[in-house]
Amino acid sequence: MSKPRTLFEKVWEAHLVRPETPETPAVLYIDLHLIHEVTSPQAFTELRQRGLRVRRPDKTLGTMDHSTPTTPRNHLGIIPVIDPLAISQLEQLRKNCAEFGIPLFELGDENQGIVHVIGPEQGLTQPGMTIVCGDSHTSTHGAFGALAFGIGTSEVGHVLATQCLLQRKPKTCAVRIEGRLGPGVTAKDIILALIAKYGVGGGTGYVFEYMGEAIRALSMEERMTICNMSIEGGARAGMVAPDDTTFEYIAGRPFAPKGAAFEAAVARWRTLPTDEGAVFDHELTLSASELKPMITYGTNPGMGIPIDAPVPRPEDMPDARSRAALDKALAYMGLEPGKPLLGHPVDVVFIGSCTNSRLSDLRQAAQFFRGRKVAPGVRVMVVPGSQQVKRAAEAEGLDRIFKEAGAEWREAGCSACLGMNDDKVPPGKYAVSTSNRNFEGRQGPGARTMLASPLTAAAAAVTGVVTDPRTLLN
Amino acid sequence: MEPISIITGKAVVLPVENIDTDQIIPARFLKVTDKSGLAAGLFEAWRYLPDGTPNPDFPLNRPAAAGATILISGRNFGCGSSREHAPWALQDYGFRAVIAPSFADIFRSNALKIGLLPVTIEQTIYDELVAMYANDPQMALTIDLAAQTVTLPDGRQVSFPIDAFSKYCLLHGVDQLGFLLNQAEAIAAYEASHPQPVKTTG
Repeated sequence: MSKPRTLFEKVWEAHLVRPETPETPAVLYIDLHLIHEVTSPQAFTELRQRGLRVRRPDKTLGTMDHSTPTTPRNHLGIIPVIDPLAISQLEQLRKNCAEFGIPLFELGDENQGIVHVIGPEQGLTQPGMTIVCGDSHTSTHGAFGALAFGIGTSEVGHVLATQCLLQRKPKTCAVRIEGRLGPGVTAKDIILALIAKYGVGGGTGYVFEYMGEAIRALSMEERMTICNMSIEGGARAGMVAPDDTTFEYIAGRPFAPKGAAFEAAVARWRTLPTDEGAVFDHELTLSASELKPMITYGTNPGMGIPIDAPVPRPEDMPDARSRAALDKALAYMGLEPGKPLLGHPVDVVFIGSCTNSRLSDLRQAAQFFRGRKVAPGVRVMVVPGSQQVKRAAEAEGLDRIFKEAGAEWREAGCSACLGMNDDKVPPGKYAVSTSNRNFEGRQGPGARTMLASPLTAAAAAVTGVVTDPRTLLN
Repeated sequence: MEPISIITGKAVVLPVENIDTDQIIPARFLKVTDKSGLAAGLFEAWRYLPDGTPNPDFPLNRPAAAGATILISGRNFGCGSSREHAPWALQDYGFRAVIAPSFADIFRSNALKIGLLPVTIEQTIYDELVAMYANDPQMALTIDLAAQTVTLPDGRQVSFPIDAFSKYCLLHGVDQLGFLLNQAEAIAAYEASHPQPVKTTG
């Protein structure tokens, strides 16, 4: 019998071009490299300066998502880009992909969308693969049992030139989530609760493997929401063992294997889950059955509370450093310690981002908009994660539900998640957002972000205040 | 890349934990297609008041911080996004090293690639440095990469960890891509012996 191995170890070992030594890191082969307009231009410049080619354009895919506008198409069916810097960045990506033979889903293309939404929906994201992108939320793809993580632009250049990365083997951490979620409590609440419990640095140096009854019960889209925010807990990657839910999701997608090849792939994928008796370096636990809908009150994703809890008080903090951090966060957020968040007025609601912009997220949100109106004075942006999600949502009439309620139904992209396109939260205004980061200024200078699930965001949209979504459930 | 051996210089303390890359450089400064001019966006929201004038209370704006080449900051420095623009901006501003009790994984990796030295020290030493610099913000520090030591203003030496390969690259001013390019044969052998799961070109 060989030594029992974890899911991560199996994927890691299968991609070693060269194992690590005390002197040198491992050379790790990359199966899929996703690129976008923001973190790739300087890498292509480096390639040109060194006279290098892209080693495997057939393992590379580009999309446009970060700096793109999400304004509805004009009468010609075109999404107009006005920002000259965004125009130049998008043009640069177009030119780079054309010159090096890399397929590209351009703005306006029927497959364009957020990089972490399109990989899975195209069937490109598969169990056991190594996947990287110059974006920290690449951890999303780990939901399929892939080893997927964000890289910097230097590393984007490394992968373009060699299809490999130099990596030290990370440590493994089992994240056991037992029990069942109650009504109105979602995958987003699991991950916000986990980060609130263990902090934004708790996973540094580790790859998470999410396991347990609660994880097995989740759909692929819900698993993606959890893996997406691994990086907010400090873990560069998060993984879920592939199972029938995974295989059913992949079957029939454009880049998925077909027929006998699919059966053979499934047989291979079934060998990936962590072996009985495999040892993790660390373990975290969370009980799903005790969870309530979560919301953040501060300026990092670890500053989260159950929606009916009061904002923490500095005097309740364990040490001076966390008191100082809380003081700073509450001053930025304009919130009073000890007061409940429930009932707090909301100016903007953002439903979208690589965390929560898939069809099931939009369906969840739509149930609260159906037959209701957006509260007066609230701006609601609903931004599908991809053109495919947009079409699927429109096919079942979700767009009409949002628009009739008074919400904006926009084109696919990162949108208001990161404040680098036209979609922003104004200074000092409060937003309930389904995205992943509530950092100071993340959604625009001075923006005050409260992270929550699509259900909680939709509840805020129709009531105008922070609302427990369970009170609106039928 | 310039080789790094000894970094001696003035330090400035930014005593905040979990400084994320959106603080180091907000996303609206990431629309460039090169690496130039990023210093203008460094800590932009903290460095400037809403009217655009420098915030006199921000540590980097204090007269004592002029010419500082070493940044000392709280634990989990550089958490958040993978943007390499964060270490580029710090370097463009003039920093050569960041000292903190811990770093986020991607920031640390990015910084090592470009020759911005991330120096991890014990939390207690960090707390002492914060106190020392509150008394005298003009003090210099010395970081010796070969010896993996920091000489504190009071003369004590503390050691810091660094991966042997990154250390070699930084000491010799070579970037890591060269090493990977030399693996071409091994990479080709890997490709020939492993099934390739997907082709994006259809």
